[in-house]
Amino acid sequence: MTTETRPPAAPPRVDTSRRTRAPLHLGWWLAAAVIGLTLLNIGSVVVRSPNLDWSVVWEYFLSTDVLAGLARTVELTAIAMACGIVGGVILAVMRLSPVPVVSWAAKSYVWFFRGTPLLVHILFWYNLAALVPAIAVEIPFGPTLFEVDTNDLITPLLAAVIALGLNEAAYMAEVVRGGLLSVDPGQTEAAKALGMTHRQTLRRVVVPQALRVVIPPTGNQVISMLKASALVSVTSTPELLYSVQVIYNNNFKTIPLLVVASAWYLIVTSVLYVVQHHLERRFSRGTGRG
Amino acid sequence: MGETVLRLRDVHKSYGRHEVLRGIDLDVAEGEVVCLLGPSGSGKSTLLRTINHLEPLDRGAVFLRDELIGYRESGGRLVELGDRELARQRARFGMVFQGFNLFPHMTVLENVVEAPLRVRRESPAVARTRAVDLLTSVGLADRADAYPRHLSGGQQQRVAIARALAMSPAVLLFDEPTSALDPELVGEVLDVMRHLAAGGMTMVVVTHEITFARDVADRAVFLDHGTIIEQGPAADVLERPRERRTREFLTHVR
Repeated sequence: MTTETRPPAAPPRVDTSRRTRAPLHLGWWLAAAVIGLTLLNIGSVVVRSPNLDWSVVWEYFLSTDVLAGLARTVELTAIAMACGIVGGVILAVMRLSPVPVVSWAAKSYVWFFRGTPLLVHILFWYNLAALVPAIAVEIPFGPTLFEVDTNDLITPLLAAVIALGLNEAAYMAEVVRGGLLSVDPGQTEAAKALGMTHRQTLRRVVVPQALRVVIPPTGNQVISMLKASALVSVTSTPELLYSVQVIYNNNFKTIPLLVVASAWYLIVTSVLYVVQHHLERRFSRGTGRG
Repeated sequence: MGETVLRLRDVHKSYGRHEVLRGIDLDVAEGEVVCLLGPSGSGKSTLLRTINHLEPLDRGAVFLRDELIGYRESGGRLVELGDRELARQRARFGMVFQGFNLFPHMTVLENVVEAPLRVRRESPAVARTRAVDLLTSVGLADRADAYPRHLSGGQQQRVAIARALAMSPAVLLFDEPTSALDPELVGEVLDVMRHLAAGGMTMVVVTHEITFARDVADRAVFLDHGTIIEQGPAADVLERPRERRTREFLTHVR
């Protein structure tokens, strides 16, 4: 076999003195045009429509009724979330218990509350008097120590807190359980081997590491809760949505007042995003995600 | 070699139907270094973990000096101790794990002072001084404020050794301390262990490092299928094994 020696092909000539550049992404420009046009259309409706009267939006944005509703919404979210977190931690610990009955009870709770609509729970607790007209503390077969009309005890606001809190506990239980399970079992072993008790191990080693995993989804839960609290308006609890409903039922400025409510929900959720971001940074110590 | 510190008597352990330990007797003297060798699944790690009761026993007993570990006698049977008592007993052993298991949310120094502060309730100044001394002895005083993830595997394992030593343990237990390390980092950890052995620390070491066992251990114990097949002075067992299974194992790991 003869091998033919050919002179190497001359490399193509390129101008190496000029900077490279990115290719023209025609698709990007097309997408930008479509999105831009859509926004312009929506914008023109929002700005020019006679039905969206911006002067009404400004008029009510800081009105006492709206601000009172906002305060009630924040209060409701905070209390229900606190109940949800406490309940969720208890349920998560129960779920991880070695005692089968305890674990099963927690599992059933989560199954029930995740499987039924929140709105139904809100209506149920609001109408509890229809099931139990009076609530009494009595010694079985003995005297009644204390009795109260259900509607006096369970105010609409308390009904809302119970419904939201119980429901939230089911979701938080899963969040907390995920956090506890995310901690490497080697961490618990190392703590035990050093002579730490079960409590010390949880408090010093497991929980601080679980928090890092638990905080982001908890932040999402708070934000969901803030919005879910609007459901409580069906029971005439004067939270933010119900407050604007009362106003627009009188003056028929429905859309501007819904804009007022939405703007406030957006403002509060934005603040919550910032808080969540800072908490995440605070608790990611030593993980390199700070 | 001093008096007997650790006594294991007829230790049995099963996972379901699988018998992991089938009656182990082992005595360890003060200042002795014992290496537990054997193929994977031989029960050597489980045996190590029964010593500080990370693994409960099915039958048998472990004594540290004269104290029964993990149990109390009641009506002729052994009943497991409560959480506080177990914690108190475990604090007398130090343990070093294959995966280091440093606390990632604490700095190196915080890892070392954690148990002295929380378990022994030492004053922060005392705990800190001792921690710095220990970190110096493993060559890591300059990394005291680093977080574990910023350290190499070998450095993390040296911190883990310092953390175990901070509790002044009567016995130090090593569970394959170099198995998770890159080959070039094994040496620095073995050096620290050699140093400890020379200093008279009582050590029980599960390892695959035959050279380390031959050079450092006073005694090599060879396990297979949950029983001790052969034991004796490390040089004898490793250079002139009497049992066929020991010989087979040694040809595989070399």
